[in-house]
Amino acid sequence: MIESDVFCQALQDIGFDFFTGVPDVLLAGVIETLIERRLYTPAVREDEAVAVAAGAFMAGKVPAVLMANAGVGNSLNTLASLNLLYRQPCLLIIAWRGFDGKDAPEHLVMGRTVTQVLETVRIPHRTLSEQTAPDDFRWVAQTFMKERIPVALLLKSGVVRGIQP
Amino acid sequence: MQSRARAIQAVLDLVSDQPVIICNGFASREAFKVKDRPENFYMTGSMGMAAAIGLGVALHKPQKKVVVLDGDGNVLMGLGTMATVGALKPKNFIHVVLDNEAYGSGGNQPSYSRVVKLDQVAKAAGYVNVERVREREDLVYEFKDMLGKDGPSLLLVKITEQVEDVPWVPLPPAQIAERFRKAIT
Repeated sequence: MIESDVFCQALQDIGFDFFTGVPDVLLAGVIETLIERRLYTPAVREDEAVAVAAGAFMAGKVPAVLMANAGVGNSLNTLASLNLLYRQPCLLIIAWRGFDGKDAPEHLVMGRTVTQVLETVRIPHRTLSEQTAPDDFRWVAQTFMKERIPVALLLKSGVVRGIQP
Repeated sequence: MQSRARAIQAVLDLVSDQPVIICNGFASREAFKVKDRPENFYMTGSMGMAAAIGLGVALHKPQKKVVVLDGDGNVLMGLGTMATVGALKPKNFIHVVLDNEAYGSGGNQPSYSRVVKLDQVAKAAGYVNVERVREREDLVYEFKDMLGKDGPSLLLVKITEQVEDVPWVPLPPAQIAERFRKAIT
């Protein structure tokens, strides 16, 4: 399991210096670490969060947005008509609720379809694992800077510490 | 009462190098025609998100006043952002709401702002300075005042439903963003 502070440090090491989003229990440890480091600004909705991230990018920051996969639905139009259209990159850190059909019922449809939704609007994505973590972070850094569009890192339950199902 | 284009003109005539984020629909199209400048960010989609974009800029450019030219339909759609602004209290955030109580770019269908007073919502959310104006001279007086003091501030401007004959903003979106980013550095 990856420790929350190791996860946050890895993101800081590749340049991320502004974090916003809407909490999910799977991200609780990460958000706690980011708050301790004074790097996290809460948003009230995920579409607001990706729009704040676009503003932050234009003001010189390298933004990341935390959300559950429910938030992909909430933010989809803003991702399409703002972040993708205006080429405003951000890292989407997505708690993959409902992976493998095992979760509360409200997560099951988005849990089954989140990667297809991302692919449909052409947001590159990767699923973090402890074994591939250095590669995953390298991929985030390269794709983000090269494509200048949002990229997504999906976190399943049990991959980063401080996260309980 | 003045038209949206006249109100936009008044605001853009009073700013110097301040970033201005303009909401989607006729507001962006009229602003482009009235006074295009690299510090203007024309939001063409993502309705409801102009204030959130402005907030993202304001949090990281504390030395510049950031102006959001918003509409009542946009504010109602992204109402939660008033809470975020009221809670974070960025001192350099000026939210100008052009309120014609209608969805001006959708055919002027009535909006709930004729019932729900958006200036009172802003006050309740924690904006520090809140004013409501109808006439151009009051708009000029209050906006100048807000440029000179700590916010967050909200200026609600009652406007008519008049729509100018203006084309879409002719700049590619990625160019709008890149030009804006360079201009506010």
